[in-house]
Amino acid sequence: MISDPDVVGLLYLVTIVCFVIALRFLSSPKHARKGNWVGGAGMLVAIGTTLLLDGIGNWALIATGGVIGTVVGIVGARNVRMTAMPQMVAIFNGVGGGAAALVALAEWHNLPGPAWDETTSIVLSALIGSISFAGSVIAFAKLQELLSGRPIVFPAQNVVNVLVLVSAAGLGIAAIAGAEAQWVLWAVVALALVFGVMFVLPIGGADMPVVISLLNAFTGLAASATGFVLDSTVLIVSGMLVGAAGTLLTLLMAKAMNRSVANVLFGAFGRVQAGAGTARSDDGRTVRATTPEDVAVQLSFSRKVIVVPGYGMAVAQAQHDVRQLADILESRGVDVRYAIHPVAGRMPGHMNVLLAEANVPYTQLAEMDEINPDFPQTDVALVIGANDVTNPAARSDPASPIYGMPILDVDKAASIVVLKRSMNPGFAGIDNELYLDPKTTMLFGDAKESILKLISAVKSS
Amino acid sequence: MTDLPLVIELTILVLAAFLGFEVISKVPTMLHTPLMSGANFIHGIVIVGAIIVLGTADDTFTKAAGFIAMVLATANVVGGWFVTDRMLGMFKRRPEPKPEKSE
Repeated sequence: MISDPDVVGLLYLVTIVCFVIALRFLSSPKHARKGNWVGGAGMLVAIGTTLLLDGIGNWALIATGGVIGTVVGIVGARNVRMTAMPQMVAIFNGVGGGAAALVALAEWHNLPGPAWDETTSIVLSALIGSISFAGSVIAFAKLQELLSGRPIVFPAQNVVNVLVLVSAAGLGIAAIAGAEAQWVLWAVVALALVFGVMFVLPIGGADMPVVISLLNAFTGLAASATGFVLDSTVLIVSGMLVGAAGTLLTLLMAKAMNRSVANVLFGAFGRVQAGAGTARSDDGRTVRATTPEDVAVQLSFSRKVIVVPGYGMAVAQAQHDVRQLADILESRGVDVRYAIHPVAGRMPGHMNVLLAEANVPYTQLAEMDEINPDFPQTDVALVIGANDVTNPAARSDPASPIYGMPILDVDKAASIVVLKRSMNPGFAGIDNELYLDPKTTMLFGDAKESILKLISAVKSS
Repeated sequence: MTDLPLVIELTILVLAAFLGFEVISKVPTMLHTPLMSGANFIHGIVIVGAIIVLGTADDTFTKAAGFIAMVLATANVVGGWFVTDRMLGMFKRRPEPKPEKSE
């Protein structure tokens, strides 16, 4: 048993250092995996130290809970498909937030009338943890398509949301001011759960990267608040590190979509978009369809090809075939790279993981700012299941809802081939002028089938 | 646990926020998904709170709350770590000499 508080504090400091090193190592894919191991070691130190604290008992319950959690965690982590990673992260956010809220409820139960600073931490931990839990469950349901990915809206939504949140905060303040009844904190939790559900419901599928990042920050902050309740520095610091990561990613994602965080959360994007786009098919320009054989010839005789993957490629599970096509082209001396938009996929950095899974070396993946200057020297830009992030209207048409959004300058390539299922507009619900560009040809059909046809056509050309 | 003065705890919190922003702003876009799942793993540190609550519980309610928190937090820690490790293992510099057949 460890009873010296200094020893306990030092061991927790080891954990904190390990976590910071883990995050520091994430600055390069070369060391990132080692960093994760360091973080894991830090976590083991923290768990071991806590188990050895004076006065810890209920060993059977701790062991049973630990075993159940471990099995669930390993099975989940091993079986999740990389396309489902956003759901996985969402549900783990919720799980962490739920744990923080439960710890707060238990502390409230056992410390009737604690000091105001302790009550404040308990209220914050319960409030933020519950919002994160409920919000994450809804985000999970939307990503898993148990619920419609479209924004779910009803009249006076924002007013109702504000009322719910204000009531929760009001009750929380009452608790801090000295209301000791058990139900007060339960009411805070109940209202926070309602708010969590209501604030994610109106957010559409395309905005999920922002929501997941934000819920990540919330869970971190809830853990940090729990640290104040338990006077635990390791919880305060680790929670805040996660809070900082989530906040930073939230801001980055919002910036990549050229929208404010408030607009994402309260704007109900999909609804605003409906009918906002202008169909410009009446000015004589038409969409030109092409065949796999033509594209194969075009690709084979190129020097530089840039693949622009979008979520459509991931949905069709075509990333492995795309990599195979790229390998064949490379073996014939074609320079192939991948252009990754910051919001390609359903969470920050998602497309990079999907391509890494398909064995695309990360040295071939290029970020938007890095690759945009290369498009004018590119022979073919191959757009696979990406839409809004290639729409030149974001640069040229102030009336467009996506005007100002940073895009990949695909239209500057010598020629553009777009693989697309049909002429349906993208998530933002607007037409893409790129498709009417005289340099653009369209290869219609399922992305995976089209790529397979391209592979056999390239092989025989 | 020692009872730290609130001001000290707030100081630690604010410094941790700055440290977090500093370290995380150096993570490249390419690794943002592993960053999120890694952050997921790190907030599993709430397991410390779950162990303290469950380990010192003596009534049924606290035991129940602590037990559920323990299950959730452990799943968070273990799942978050494994999925991050799995993902980071996929990032390779160039294809291996003998590329494995994709399934």
